[in-house]
Amino acid sequence: MADTPLWWAVFLPAVLRVFTFGAVAFDSLLAARAAGASAVGGLSAPLRETARLLVTQRRTTRSADPVLWRAGVALVPLAALSAALVLPLGGRAVADPAVGIVWFNAMEILAWAAVWMAGWGPNPAFSLVGGYRFVAQGLAYELPRMFALITAATAAGSLRVGGVVEAQSGGWFVVWMPVAFAVYLISAVAMAFRPPFDAPVGRDLAGGAAAELSGVDRLVFLGGRWVLFVVAAALSVPLFLGGGAGPVLPPWLWTLVKTAVVVLSLVWLARRFPTVRMDRFAEFSWVVLLPVVLAQALLVSVLVLVR
Amino acid sequence: METVLCWVFGVLAVVSGFLVFRLDSMARVTFALLASFLFVAFEVMSLGLNYLGAVLVLMMVMEMVIMAVFMIMYMMNPAGLMPMAMYHNKAAAMSISVGTFVVLAAGVLLVDWPERVGRPPADPTGALGRELMGAQMPTMMTLGLVLFATILATVTLSTRRGRYDRFGSGLRDRPADPVPGGIGTASTGAAGTETGGRR
Repeated sequence: MADTPLWWAVFLPAVLRVFTFGAVAFDSLLAARAAGASAVGGLSAPLRETARLLVTQRRTTRSADPVLWRAGVALVPLAALSAALVLPLGGRAVADPAVGIVWFNAMEILAWAAVWMAGWGPNPAFSLVGGYRFVAQGLAYELPRMFALITAATAAGSLRVGGVVEAQSGGWFVVWMPVAFAVYLISAVAMAFRPPFDAPVGRDLAGGAAAELSGVDRLVFLGGRWVLFVVAAALSVPLFLGGGAGPVLPPWLWTLVKTAVVVLSLVWLARRFPTVRMDRFAEFSWVVLLPVVLAQALLVSVLVLVR
Repeated sequence: METVLCWVFGVLAVVSGFLVFRLDSMARVTFALLASFLFVAFEVMSLGLNYLGAVLVLMMVMEMVIMAVFMIMYMMNPAGLMPMAMYHNKAAAMSISVGTFVVLAAGVLLVDWPERVGRPPADPTGALGRELMGAQMPTMMTLGLVLFATILATVTLSTRRGRYDRFGSGLRDRPADPVPGGIGTASTGAAGTETGGRR
């Protein structure tokens, strides 16, 4: 993999911002269409909401724990950004360490702590319950996810994201590990507590972990959630969809196109499902997803051994 | 640069470890401990052991978030929500622990360190693994399996309900769980008999 110039560290957040805004705008457009409102109004809604949040006062609550609260809020986008460091764009990434996949997973899971801290901090019951909901679900999300990541790494014989991309020159991993791909995408949405896994910030809790957030805190937390979602979805491209591989177009453009397709389809799909009941998903995750993804890992390992 | 980072992480790890015993909220204490672990992980990374460092971050975040739940739940005062201290007999506890730290740290500084021979290996993680595990690898693998089997066996033996309580005598009914969402193994007290009477 080629050496990466330093300005990529500035370039990456800019690209992420564009992608995140695109995803939010698409979601808002779908919402406007479903409500029968005008498409232009839907597209501009995120901009108006951002401006509104920027001028809204921050809320304070009684007996709050401001340190954990603010740290939890800020940690969501920070975790997403640190995870994004290993995302390759056309054969280059800001960093491509030998343990890229483990790094990605480790940074992403910081969001787990972050949501709990953001829920605990302000001190009311609803936001605390929201934080606990995410913690309770975390293992059901994370274990199948780890095995999906391990499957891709096993097939490539490398924990380096660039190595996984190179290993797919003969064929995309999604073809011979579709189950791992599906599990990866499900858990990517779940780890970003996006619908239909939005119980931690659910309406039945008046906003859950985000209930007491207003102003810039709310912008950072919910915006960070979108970035986390985009980053988690974007890693599926180098892991399972061949990275920048594709005809005619240059690799970086293929990466962007594939990422956009994955992100927009997940946003579209999310609106087709109601919020998943947590107890049902936990059972489904432990009883169905985990064995199935383990079988996938076994199959891939055997294939790697006999090849 | 690396030396500076090494020192910064080291000092921060000690400071946040000390904060565990100075803060008065269980939630803050938990995350101070997590911060201490994370700085140790960065220290490990700066030794060139990237894999171990990243795994430390991963495992410690997961572990401490789960620990936060349990530590707050089992705190002596209600739900761990009120101000608390991590230790009793403050003066003696503090002097003993600080004293132990000083003695150990002094040992590090006073001992004669051997001269370095050779160069660090290309893959320090692999070399460390071979050095630590080496001949014991089969033992450790067996141990891991035995431990895991023990956990499963303990849970299976200690649970009151089995699959017949769950799915009925023909194993064909829809699962009847006192608390939905698990896989039917967790139940306490009378809950088993209550739901058992459904069919």
